[in-house]
Amino acid sequence: MSVHHDVSVTGESHGSVKSYTIGFILSIILTVIPYFIVVNHMMPVEGIAIAVVLLAVGQLFIQLVFFLHLDRSSAQRWNLITFLFTTLILLILVIGTIWIMWNLNYNMMDH
Amino acid sequence: MTSQILNNHSADHHHDHDAEATAKVAFGFWIYIMSDCILFSCFFASYAVLHTNVFGGAGPKELFDLNYVMVETFLLLTSSFTYGLAMLATHKNNKGQVLVWLFITFLLGLGFIGMEINEFHHLIIEGNGPSRSAFLSSFFGLVGLHGLHVTCGLIWMALLMFQVSTRGLTAMVNRKLACLSLFWHFLDIIWIFVFTVVYLMGVM
Repeated sequence: MSVHHDVSVTGESHGSVKSYTIGFILSIILTVIPYFIVVNHMMPVEGIAIAVVLLAVGQLFIQLVFFLHLDRSSAQRWNLITFLFTTLILLILVIGTIWIMWNLNYNMMDH
Repeated sequence: MTSQILNNHSADHHHDHDAEATAKVAFGFWIYIMSDCILFSCFFASYAVLHTNVFGGAGPKELFDLNYVMVETFLLLTSSFTYGLAMLATHKNNKGQVLVWLFITFLLGLGFIGMEINEFHHLIIEGNGPSRSAFLSSFFGLVGLHGLHVTCGLIWMALLMFQVSTRGLTAMVNRKLACLSLFWHFLDIIWIFVFTVVYLMGVM
């Protein structure tokens, strides 16, 4: 019975105190590191921007795995597919907007 | 012996049915959350485009206090963790523990929203309201949208605490708790990006 405690009939994982604690500690670490990078100006501005975005994406994955239990199990397959599709739309929308508006801004300047 | 097996079988069958319903509801709610992601991405995109347009007013560097926002971040992050513990108590069918963790989560969320309202209040009385510049419009839009979601989550949580205490951990209440769990963790993930894009990249 105890084996079935963490996994429901549909194969969905519920996590455990251990997995939530690991996720929580990793999230704290990934929040504190970018804070110190920014406060102490540890790199050139472009470097800081790339570093904090990468650390945020890292924390996204940590929380998806440890808090939302998104994985490649059968129960999570459709959740994962819809998540990947949403990510695609989201990236097209955000990067496309910034790209178009940057070009527009550039071409509207006096030069 | 036979009746016991039969009973076990019908209990299992009942459990199967509930689990299937939970999986369906959770997936439907997941689709809602994905569409909410698209909504947030529009607000992020407009903030990314407009954040330099301060119209001669104060910019992110002058307005944001990183230490203050760091406390907000930790409140929300901890509330995500304590909600996870409430879900674990749900699986153990421990009603008292569920209520305790939900209440702690609620207080942490309330602290977060209180700090955010305080921040907004200070910005507005100092003349840096949403109508001051395109940067502030998009800032209030993005952070306000997240705050509105957290407020809805808190109202939902208060109602669920009431239902848990009056009805107990029935299959339906558990389904609602599972949906709110997705919602709450999702809001924490959105906040990571608000914290990174608006505050960290704003003051660097």
